[in-house]
Amino acid sequence: MKLEIRNLTKAFGGLKAIDDVSLVFPSGSLSAVIGPNGAGKSTFFNLISGAFPPDSGEVLLDGRDIIRLSRSERMHRGIARAFQVASCFPTMTVAENLMAAVTAHVGQWGNLSRRFPPPGVRERADEVMEMVGLTKVPNVEAAILSHGDQKLLDIAIALALEPKVLLLDEPTAGMGPDERWRMIERVRKLWEQRQLTLVFIEHDMDIVFQIASTIRVLCYGRVLAEGTPDEIRNNPAVIEAYLGTEVHAT
Amino acid sequence: MRSSRALRDVAIAAIALIVVLAIPLLHRSPAFEDFIIRLSAMALFATSLNLLVGNTGMVSFGHGMFYGLGAYAFALTMQMTELSLPVAAALAILITTAAAFCVGAICVRLGTDYFAFITLAMQMLFYSIIISWQTLTGGDQGLRGGIPRREIFGFELASQLHLYQFCAIVAVLGLLALRHVSASPFGQTLRMIRDNENRASFLGIVLWRARLGAFTIAGAFAGLGGVLAALFVSGAYPELADWPNSGQAIFAVMLGGINSFLGPVLGAMILLALNDVVTRFTEYQGLVLGIVILAFALGLRRGVLDFLKFAFPGRSR
Repeated sequence: MKLEIRNLTKAFGGLKAIDDVSLVFPSGSLSAVIGPNGAGKSTFFNLISGAFPPDSGEVLLDGRDIIRLSRSERMHRGIARAFQVASCFPTMTVAENLMAAVTAHVGQWGNLSRRFPPPGVRERADEVMEMVGLTKVPNVEAAILSHGDQKLLDIAIALALEPKVLLLDEPTAGMGPDERWRMIERVRKLWEQRQLTLVFIEHDMDIVFQIASTIRVLCYGRVLAEGTPDEIRNNPAVIEAYLGTEVHAT
Repeated sequence: MRSSRALRDVAIAAIALIVVLAIPLLHRSPAFEDFIIRLSAMALFATSLNLLVGNTGMVSFGHGMFYGLGAYAFALTMQMTELSLPVAAALAILITTAAAFCVGAICVRLGTDYFAFITLAMQMLFYSIIISWQTLTGGDQGLRGGIPRREIFGFELASQLHLYQFCAIVAVLGLLALRHVSASPFGQTLRMIRDNENRASFLGIVLWRARLGAFTIAGAFAGLGGVLAALFVSGAYPELADWPNSGQAIFAVMLGGINSFLGPVLGAMILLALNDVVTRFTEYQGLVLGIVILAFALGLRRGVLDFLKFAFPGRSR
């Protein structure tokens, strides 16, 4: 599904976190959104996913404006997201997390007439577990999973919604170098297999340049540049605003 | 596997019921029978509250309102109409459910702290209505004059033994129904909201609808508890709807354990037993109760069943 953003603006107090941003993410593309801290990247995701309304602008999914839809309606249209800080259901096991997500997705979350999980849900949850590689820990409570597995579970919960557009906010946040590459390789495979329109926020430039087909650079809430990795690498504005000055931390 | 779990619940309920029904056949003890009658009302009250507190993470301080409303609606219907007991009870629960729906519609969109406050405020409002509407409710004297036509399907509830049997059956069936709610997909949704409401909302769950559903169901079962309470006291008293009574339910939930389905039942048992024993020896029962609750909060740091689950992990819930 094509995701198109038109003139999106959001201010917090006097600060314009997102300032007249227009971007197109073609169907089936794998794009990275980069930018210095405070550039508005997470706000951008929050606006697309409906965490809060924008001041103005449009978000179009295959040409249809979804900006007035609630979070849950957007989910039904095919937008799912994972979070910068892994967001799952800590007291439930991995399997329960995913069965709960699938149950919500198939519209059974209000069902009072049967036991949890409804039929078919366990199988779907198993598939998703297989997809992201969490099959070794189905009965472990999410709260005591390793950090990396929690991030995977967060993505798995998003995948349980069978999204067409998947937004990943720093899928490799807080991981060591090896783990990062394993994670991003997994993300790339998912993108390939599921034919997703995948947008991810990432700080590790090696990863970004390696796997993204297009890169969007945000800076102070505006689009500073967009293009292929090569174009971005050689863009003077980007080098000045970001690549040249950023001391690379974790 | 799922049906076997449901069967297990039914089996446990059936065994518990058989044991409770068998005891008076072997040995009659009015004190014990009183205890079970009061326990059945209290257990429904506390377990329904735990659907909010433990399952959904909504701490309501005004749950006593629905307990009281169930009692008053039932007693008044019995006194003022010619309806039979089951019809009046059903009507009372219907009224309580509707009231819970309306109160919930106002409260459930609020954040945790304000939710707690406004539920308390609603209860105080309801309590003052009971106190001031003397012609209907008898004011602070309570609704006297007894409950007429105490029979159900030809079964006389005037005798204590019959009331005991009736209350035990109703309570076990009510608890079984609540268990079903908690084990349903909807119950799982409530746990999702408790764990991480932000994530739940990004999965397509409409938070306020789920919360309102939980609040309404909890109110209905508190109302059922209230009906039993009205049968026991042969009327209704404003204390049933007063906030210390909500506090009792919260204590029961906390003492027994919020993360175990039967925790509130055990908590209600402990609380009632404490009240009975302590009042025999001292008039400072509040002091003793306070010390016990402190011991639980600081010593176990959780209710009894939750503590056992914590101390002996590995057992499924």
